[in-house]
Amino acid sequence: MKARSKFLVGSGIIVVTLVSLAYVGFTQSKTYYHTISELGTLQNSALHQRMRVSGNVRNGSIQHVSNRVNFVLTEQGKDLSVSYIGSDPLPDTFKDGAQALVEGRIMPDGNFVAEQVQAKCASKYEAAPSAAPGGVQPASAADASKS
Amino acid sequence: MDIFGSFALILALLAAVYAFGAGIAGIVTRRPLVSRSARNSGLAVFALVTMAVASLEYFFFTDNFSMAYVAAHSNRALPGFYKFAALWAGQEGSLLWWSWLLSVYVFFALFLNRNKHPELMPYAGVVMAGVQIFFLTLNNFAANPFNVMAGADATGAMHMATLSDGHGLNPLLQYPEMVIHPPMLYLGYTGFTIPFAFALGALLGRYPGEKWIHITRRWTMVAWCFQGIGVLLGAHWAYAVLGWGGYWAWDPVENAALLPWITGTAFLHSVMMQEKRGMMKVWNVWLVFVTFMLCILGTLLTRSGIVSSVHAFAQSSIGNWFVGFLAITIIVCGAAYWKNRDYLRSDNQLDSLVSRESSFLFNNLVLLAACFAVLWGTLFPVLSEWVSGSKISVGPPFFNKVNVPISLFLLFLTGVGPLLAWRRTSFDALKRNFTWPLTGGIAVGIAAFIFGFRSVYSLMCLILAVFVTLTIASEFYRGARVIAARDNVNLLSAVGELTMRNTRRYGGYIVHLAMVLIFVGIAGSAFDRDVQQEMSVGDTLKIGEYSIQCQNFDMVANNNYRSERATLEVFKNGRSEMMLFPERRFFMASEVTETIVADQSTPLRDLYLVYAGRSPETNRPVIHAYLKPLVKWIWFGGIVLVLGTGLSMLPNRRTALVLRPVSEPSWGDSVSPEGSPARATIPRSGDD
Repeated sequence: MKARSKFLVGSGIIVVTLVSLAYVGFTQSKTYYHTISELGTLQNSALHQRMRVSGNVRNGSIQHVSNRVNFVLTEQGKDLSVSYIGSDPLPDTFKDGAQALVEGRIMPDGNFVAEQVQAKCASKYEAAPSAAPGGVQPASAADASKS
Repeated sequence: MDIFGSFALILALLAAVYAFGAGIAGIVTRRPLVSRSARNSGLAVFALVTMAVASLEYFFFTDNFSMAYVAAHSNRALPGFYKFAALWAGQEGSLLWWSWLLSVYVFFALFLNRNKHPELMPYAGVVMAGVQIFFLTLNNFAANPFNVMAGADATGAMHMATLSDGHGLNPLLQYPEMVIHPPMLYLGYTGFTIPFAFALGALLGRYPGEKWIHITRRWTMVAWCFQGIGVLLGAHWAYAVLGWGGYWAWDPVENAALLPWITGTAFLHSVMMQEKRGMMKVWNVWLVFVTFMLCILGTLLTRSGIVSSVHAFAQSSIGNWFVGFLAITIIVCGAAYWKNRDYLRSDNQLDSLVSRESSFLFNNLVLLAACFAVLWGTLFPVLSEWVSGSKISVGPPFFNKVNVPISLFLLFLTGVGPLLAWRRTSFDALKRNFTWPLTGGIAVGIAAFIFGFRSVYSLMCLILAVFVTLTIASEFYRGARVIAARDNVNLLSAVGELTMRNTRRYGGYIVHLAMVLIFVGIAGSAFDRDVQQEMSVGDTLKIGEYSIQCQNFDMVANNNYRSERATLEVFKNGRSEMMLFPERRFFMASEVTETIVADQSTPLRDLYLVYAGRSPETNRPVIHAYLKPLVKWIWFGGIVLVLGTGLSMLPNRRTALVLRPVSEPSWGDSVSPEGSPARATIPRSGDD
């Protein structure tokens, strides 16, 4: 066999190995993004997939109960009640009004059980510069030190 | 004063446009005077952008909060150190900073080559000016850092406004690396413009010979080194500041910075194929093009909000500009290639599978595969939304599954490649070069297995790391031994002499060693442990051979922040070792909470303690302890990487060796196994 074809065979083996590894990794970690309004329209199989949903934390909805934190995400007028069951403390940026991204599965009763919560502060660093300093998130101090 | 900065920016754009137009005119009319005028205009861009940057810094240091950008990213109490760095804390300023670094590169590229390559420089100058036009257009029209604050009064009329104090710099950014990490990364991103300009210029101008590749290689190394350091500093920053016990999360923005570094690495290797064997010319040109495109794509991803990332750049319409520029770049590169593809014919064919050539080919193949996998995973949410309508993201398992085996294969090639001869390698040579390193690696692997190493990938990494280190050491030893015997010096100074005679080769080995260190550090993460526990005073947490006892909790408050702090005493085998103080700070001005990690780092392990907050039920403090082996090796590897790259860019020390007749056996022959091809490893005079 000529060197060139040997090289091509070797490359083929490498590429096939990597593609199959990639496929395994993909099926293990793929996560669907859905909006809250889409959740209502999902069919059976799609409902059991692992998914990510984002929305804003409704003011005053954060409740700490035993072993979990319940809160409500809203987006375009639709609500989703979420139970966070993860063991890590919630991020500092998670507070009333914050933009949150939850990852987990939806339960038959329509509640969302989240294993991970990411939160982005409605940060003043991204707000219009004319906003008064400190005027963006007045109710945050207490939650932040608790969470 | 804001007028000054704005004007400097407008003039910089005009100067770049002139450099572009006059550059083309100079090429078309073949008048050297016109080309020189274009070049001088390109030099002037640097002076003008410098003025704009100086002007913005002046506003930061004079607390001028009528400037929107200053008001958004600084405040009076901010230390001067961070006022300086606040320049690149937001979209507008960081793009200005980008343009400035680019203008520095262009200045040096034009100035250092002012009397060289008269056939090539006008073309390269035009390409550089084209890129500058794009960024300066953004600075002027899409993200102007010199906008002033304005407010409407009761009648609705607009007035200049000012704030008594600014919003301050995000506390997460108030960390020493803020001053160094973005400039390093941007020096990488912008630096790849120069090789791109030379490659595209050489192709457009059908510049004869391999000279462009010599010029390009140096500039690529500069950009590559900065990019690598930028990525490592970013990882270190995330590790030290964010308190999640990790340094890499395959976040889109991290991936964006990694991609051009990977293709740059591929280029730095495959470039040798073209220099020594006249192969892979098309491939090299496209590697340079793709590296530049990935830089633009990375910027697009970072700043447009196309893919969601934890990095906090606001969503903005600026992405469209980058999409447009990327499209133009692809079209221009494609057209230039199609028109001049006959210029890139290969001189040679692959002779044998066991040869230096094929090790480079495999190296490039898997680097490109890694690049493709990372790109694919990063863009998958966007692609899947286009194709199927549902947005699907992939997580770290995908990236790790593909990239861990690739990394190990690369590590293997790192050991094997440099010791293979060009064209083909005999079995005897293989045996001579690899018996001891391989034995050493396997011996260490067996020992580790007996001591309880069970993670397959980590075990392979360990074996390969030892193998590569031994091959590198044997390379130094064999070369130095010859010099030591001939010049009658001790082995250590012979190593120095050897390195300085062929900086490129031995500097390259040191870079390889740096990669070994980094890989070992990363492999250590297979043995990470972490424990999270609620703790009251007197409670003890056990992790590994350490037990951590809580001595106290206290609150500290000052004007800037309130802080909750834990005082933890660390015991090892019952003996008190040290006290650590993880903290959690709440910054009053910005209402941001920040974790202050207590990280006790030794070369063997990091003990990384985080005050994770208070438990929602009991209100007791939660401590999260991580025991992470070998993390320090990664950062140390970064330092070695810089040293190695710097070394390999030094000129070779010329010695009597050069004056000896070529046919006489020299130390070079003893380094490489086969007689004749070994000479190829002695750098030619055209190395720079």
